[in-house]
Amino acid sequence: MSVPTRPGGAAPPLPPLPLPRSPGGGGRQGRSPKKKRVNESISTWRLTDRIGYVLMWAAGLLLCAIGIGILAYMAFKGLQYLRPQLILSSPTADVDQSSSGGFLDPLLGTILITLIGILIATPIAIFAATWIVEYGRPTWLARLIDSGIEIIAGTPDIVIALFGLVLFQQGIFGWMSFTATDGAVFGRSFLAAGAAMSLIALPMVFAATREGLQSIPLHIREASYALGKTKAATIRRVLLPSVKANISTGAALGMGRIAGDTAIIVVLLGASLTLDPEGNVPGLNVLKGTGGTLTSYVYNNSPAGEGNAPQKAYAAAFVLLLIVLALNFAVDLIARSGAKTGLETSRLGAR
Amino acid sequence: MIDPHESTARPAQTTDEPANGMMPPPIRRITLDSQPTVALPPSQDAVAIANTGDRSLAAAGRPKRGVAGPERMTISDLSVYYGDNQAVKHVSLPIRQGEVLALIGPSGCGKTTLLRTLNRLTEVTGSARREGLITLDGTDIDSLEVTEHRRRVSMVFQQPNPFPMSVFDNVAYALREQGSKRPKKKVLEPYVVDALQRAGLYDEVASNLDHPALRLSGGQQQRLCIARALAARPEVLLMDEPCSALDPKSTNVIEELIVELRKELAIVIVTHNLQQAYRVGDHVAFMYLGDLVEYGPTDDLFDNPKAARTRDYIGGAFG
Repeated sequence: MSVPTRPGGAAPPLPPLPLPRSPGGGGRQGRSPKKKRVNESISTWRLTDRIGYVLMWAAGLLLCAIGIGILAYMAFKGLQYLRPQLILSSPTADVDQSSSGGFLDPLLGTILITLIGILIATPIAIFAATWIVEYGRPTWLARLIDSGIEIIAGTPDIVIALFGLVLFQQGIFGWMSFTATDGAVFGRSFLAAGAAMSLIALPMVFAATREGLQSIPLHIREASYALGKTKAATIRRVLLPSVKANISTGAALGMGRIAGDTAIIVVLLGASLTLDPEGNVPGLNVLKGTGGTLTSYVYNNSPAGEGNAPQKAYAAAFVLLLIVLALNFAVDLIARSGAKTGLETSRLGAR
Repeated sequence: MIDPHESTARPAQTTDEPANGMMPPPIRRITLDSQPTVALPPSQDAVAIANTGDRSLAAAGRPKRGVAGPERMTISDLSVYYGDNQAVKHVSLPIRQGEVLALIGPSGCGKTTLLRTLNRLTEVTGSARREGLITLDGTDIDSLEVTEHRRRVSMVFQQPNPFPMSVFDNVAYALREQGSKRPKKKVLEPYVVDALQRAGLYDEVASNLDHPALRLSGGQQQRLCIARALAARPEVLLMDEPCSALDPKSTNVIEELIVELRKELAIVIVTHNLQQAYRVGDHVAFMYLGDLVEYGPTDDLFDNPKAARTRDYIGGAFG
C-alpha cells in the first residue's frame, strides 16, 4: 500500500491545534463502564449558534400558538352563536337581529364562486404548464408566459377586481351580467366574479402542475416514445395521469384562496345579502345575477359593516374557516396518496 | 496498485454508469493505436460457422449460439454528432434476425448513442445530428413514419422505467392505438397476457395485474418493460444495459429471456459486462471512442481478438 506523499516532500507534521476541550467530555465514552452514547451537546456550540437554535424553536412554537389561537378563538366565538337554522335560512335585512335570518345564501355563494373559479382556472393552468414543460419553444415565449403568470400571481386581488369590472362592463360581455335597457352593462355577476377569481387560483394550479411535470424523469418520456407513441399520446396517457395528485393539490389550494377572497366579491359580485338571479333562464339566471359569499357576509356583519351583528359574523367566519381548513386537509390527503401511487418510488429507483 | 494517472486514459463518463453490482469494466490503459480494424464481412462469418459444423458449439462450456437469419437492419457509415462532438464515427454493422448483437466498450464510447439512433430516439435530443444510412428491411428508416418505425424497433432501457400505472395498463399502453378509439380491456387481455408470458413475468403477476407496476421488484419491473416492448410485436429489440441496475439473479433471468427471444427477433444489446456479452451475444462489436474497433462472432472475438485495443480491453476480464 503506497500512501501518496505530499508534493512538497517531507514536511514536518503540524502540531495539534490548541482547541478548547468541550466541557461535555467526549473522551469519557471509552472509560465509562455503562454503555451510554454521548450525544452532541449544545453547550459546545458557539453563542450565535445557540441563539439561532433557540430562535428556530421559538418561531415554530409561536406560529403553532397563533394557528391554534385563531382556531380556538373562532371555535369558541363561532360555536357560541352557530345554530343549524343560521346555516339553513336565508338572510333578510332587518333591524331586529333575531329575525334577520342566517347565511344560507352566502354559503351557497361561496361554493358557487369557488366552483366557477376553479373550473375556469384548472384547464387553462394545465394547458399552460404542459406547454411550458413539454414544448417551451421558443424560449422567449416560454419566459414571457412565465412572467405573465408571475404578474397575475403578484397582482393584488382588488386590482384584479377593478380590472375585471372595467372589462366586464364592456358591451361584448353583456351576456354575463345585468344589462340595462339603454345598453349599459352592470358588469357584476357570478360569471364575472368567477372569471376574475380564476386568476387568483390559476398560478397555484399552474405551479403545482409544472412542478409535477418537471419531476417526471426524462426516461419515462423516452420509454413512451420508444414504444412508438406520439408526444400527444405520451402527454395524455402517461404524463398528465402521473401529475393528477399535483393538479389536485394545486386546485385545492386555489379553491382555498377563492373561498377566502373578499375584494373581488365586493367589486364584482355586488356583495349583496342574498342571491339575486337575473333573467328567467333557470340556472343561468343565478350565474348572471349578483350575490354574496361568506367573506362579504362576515364583513357586512362585522362592526365595520352595515349589519353590525358580530355574533353572526363570528358564526359565518367559523364556517368559512372550516371550509378552508377542509380544503387544506384535502391537499394533505391528496399529496400523501400521490406519494403512495408510486411516482416517488420511480424517482428513487432512478437514483 | 492502481496508478491514479492511469484512470485518465479512460474517456470521461457521460451517460453511461458503471455496471451496478456487476463486474465493472476493467480499468486498464488502452493503447490508442492506429486505424479501426475493418469489420469482417458478416455473411462470410455466418457461412463459416455453418460450414465448420459450429466449431464453437463443440467446445465444452460454451453458451449455445443462435442461428443467424436474414439481415433485418443495416447500419452503413453511421456518424452521430452532439454539437461538435462526434460520438459515433463511421460505423457499419448488420443486425440479423435470430441472433443477438452485443455492443461492448468502455463508458462514453458511443454504444448507447448508436443504439438510440437505431430507433431514432437520438432525435429527441436537440443537439444530435446523424449522418450515414440505416435501413430496416431495405428501407431507409428516415423515410418511415417515426412512431411506426419505433413500433417495429422497440427499446428497453438501462433503468427499469414502468409507467406509474397498473401492470396491465403498462403493457396495454403499447397496444392501444393512439388517439380516438381505445379498445376494451377484454379485447386487449389475451395480448397483454401473451406479452407477459413471453417476458416470463406472467406467473408472478397473474393474480395482481391491477396493482401498480412500481410496486414490483427491480427485476420484475425490467421484465415488465420487456413485456411492454414485446407487446407491440417489434421486429428488432434494442436493449441498453438492461441488467446493469439489477441483482445477479434477475440478471440471470433476463439473460435466459434474451436467449429465448432471439429465436423470433433481432436483438441488439449494449452491455458493460463482458461476461454477459459472451453469454448472450452471437456477434460482438467492440467500440472505443466512437470507433467500431472490431466486429465478429462472439467466440472468435473473445478467443482471438484481431485488434490490439480489443485484446487489451477484453484482456482485463479474460486474461
